[in-house]
Amino acid sequence: MDFHALHDVVHTSRDARCQQHLPRLSLAERDALIARYHPDYRQSAYRPIAFGPNAGDRTVHELAAMLEGDSRIADDLSLTPTHTVDVLVVGGGGAGCAAALHAHGQGANVLLATKLRLGDSNSVMAQGGMQIAVAPDDSPVQHFLDTLKGGHMQNDHRLLRTMVEEGPSIARWLLELGVLFDRDDDGNLHVKRGGGSTRARLLTCSDYTGLEIMRVLKDEVLNQNIHLLEFAAAVELLSDEHGACSGAVFLDLDNKRHIVVAARTVILATGGIGRLHIQGFPTSNHYGATGDGLALAYRMGVPLVHIDTFQYHPSGCAYPEQLVGQLVTEGIRSEGGHLVNAKGERFVNELDTRDVVASSIIRECEEGRGVRTVTGRVGVWLDTPGLEVKDGEGTLEKHFPAMVRQYARYGVDIRTDPVLIYPTLHYQNGGVKVDANGETPVPRLFVAGETSGGLHGRNRLMGNSLLDLMVFGKRSGITAAARAKTVQQGQLTLGHLCRFRDEARKHKVAGQVVSPKVFPDYAEKT
Amino acid sequence: MATESFDKDATVSREDALHPPMVTVEISGKPFQVPAGVTLMKALWYTGHEVTRGAGCLGGFCGACATYYRTKDDPKVKTCLACSHAVEDGMSFSFAPPFPARKATYDVTQVADPKQALFDLYPEAPLCRNCNACTEACPQNIDVREGVWKAVFGDFKAVSETFMDCVMCGLCAPVCIADIAPNFVGVYASRAYGAREMEKPLGLSERIQAIEEGRYNDDWERILKMTDEELQRTSAAIPS
Repeated sequence: MDFHALHDVVHTSRDARCQQHLPRLSLAERDALIARYHPDYRQSAYRPIAFGPNAGDRTVHELAAMLEGDSRIADDLSLTPTHTVDVLVVGGGGAGCAAALHAHGQGANVLLATKLRLGDSNSVMAQGGMQIAVAPDDSPVQHFLDTLKGGHMQNDHRLLRTMVEEGPSIARWLLELGVLFDRDDDGNLHVKRGGGSTRARLLTCSDYTGLEIMRVLKDEVLNQNIHLLEFAAAVELLSDEHGACSGAVFLDLDNKRHIVVAARTVILATGGIGRLHIQGFPTSNHYGATGDGLALAYRMGVPLVHIDTFQYHPSGCAYPEQLVGQLVTEGIRSEGGHLVNAKGERFVNELDTRDVVASSIIRECEEGRGVRTVTGRVGVWLDTPGLEVKDGEGTLEKHFPAMVRQYARYGVDIRTDPVLIYPTLHYQNGGVKVDANGETPVPRLFVAGETSGGLHGRNRLMGNSLLDLMVFGKRSGITAAARAKTVQQGQLTLGHLCRFRDEARKHKVAGQVVSPKVFPDYAEKT
Repeated sequence: MATESFDKDATVSREDALHPPMVTVEISGKPFQVPAGVTLMKALWYTGHEVTRGAGCLGGFCGACATYYRTKDDPKVKTCLACSHAVEDGMSFSFAPPFPARKATYDVTQVADPKQALFDLYPEAPLCRNCNACTEACPQNIDVREGVWKAVFGDFKAVSETFMDCVMCGLCAPVCIADIAPNFVGVYASRAYGAREMEKPLGLSERIQAIEEGRYNDDWERILKMTDEELQRTSAAIPS
């Protein structure tokens, strides 16, 4: 059938749907739905990790193989440092920039290294907004409870309290730097409603929140003359004779030479894992999201937490093919956009948590109520024209200019046509175990942002990632800078790598894959 | 995935989606056959190019994949983001090389007179000769020239609105005959507007003060003493 003819059911069912109220699921209903349909519960996708700090813990095959993977460098690599700094920040996204700026602000000599360009990251794509409890009917405690519920009560309470309490001061910092958050007529910060939240709490810059924040942070990193190394991929950390972190080895992607950086403290802010395409899912993530930080920290002996759970964003694009996997902002649902199956029915409260909404979309599709494209994809409709009908013509252009543009490039007018969506691999809920300053159990090694774990429990709430990046980027930056003042530069050794390789040989997994992966291998080989 | 149960009427039947026709494109001067409709980025991968410089967010937000392209028989060289633009038969394209435009450094919170400071930081900004090449070079369809003039006239609010779509790909800079880097001018003016002209949100200050004064301490004490079960009941009971 012609694709456009399939839209009809969305248009003809709209009036009836608008009368419907679908309650959010009770905890018991939610657990049952997720256990049946969420990809985290697909047993065949999981296996135990063979060795290392998380030996025996189950995770997805793709991650297990990467954690057990072998380093790209030889044990006897020459470790004469090219750079010697107080604080080394690995990663140029939101957490990396926040960490570098705050460490620099403390007077530390900072080097920021990234395998892409400064700012090329997932952070820059964040459209939905940033959760901060600023509204009069809201409070940090409320933010805490909403996040805890979204995270299946598994969130680290200390990390979470730290994040929600520091949220408002982060908003102040960003405003001082010139970030243009949307405002109400009275000058107060405008807040939008996000999935899984009981209060309107999302600060936004139209649907360019991440882009606006990153434009400003990048500009500020350059203004502060922070030393940058771009197109430098971290391939190994360095340890001193006591096992503390003392620097890192990078691969210069332009000339393929190694760069050795000696550092008193190291902050890993390397982001997530989407480009490993766990369980074959398409992903919303950037080109470099290959979980490098997890592999590097794991080899140093740092345990990971909640690495059996990933976030599949409910609304990944399923058509047109060029946009598959890319995000359709949750903002559409926040503003009242319906999810509609092939029969013209709503099937979930669109503002329920991401795991609930994603699971229910998978349920509709598996039970034959999805729409199929000939490329073999399935999906359900997101009624974007419904917002134009409900809130007036021009609503989409005003509030979602990025999305209108994204689809218009392929001849899809989201103002008149609904869009087809299916969950896309979006976020790594867990990660490296850290304390409230981003410190790991390995001395002088800090982790901030998506690479860290514990804060979000088993499901991150919409809008909490941008805040996570800023709060823990800041705290790790400040703490790492302070620590650098009290310690001497440690020796540069690969002792941890030798021990790791011995273990790998014992478990007969030596040399199966090389990690970190650095980039996905998309280039076709003939 | 159970696809057998699908209602046939709910299937898009476009043969070309399964077996797309191939088109010929020229990548950095060499001809290649690629499936019609794929993005320029996917065309690069399809033809075996390992991409390092030139790929970033892959979602149209970071500007890493700024690209020059020309369609068949058209002399006009246009720009796009390779991650978000589809190939056409007869198209030629290449990544834009990095361009060493000058970015001024400043402390946006301290600059004495932000509007005047623009002329110190970017003395070339008022030298715009209205050629409009920057606007034509913008893959985001921003009226860049207008944005530069608004900055020069001190209407920083308008600049911030004009440049909100800017992904900092930098394609406006190499074409400028006055050596202006409009994207940097835009960021400066936009930040100065946010940092210096907009009023401070009162509600935010009150919330920060409330936290600092410990006004939520009783709530925290109550909450943090709870067992997981009690917490679960409490969070479930919050009216939405």
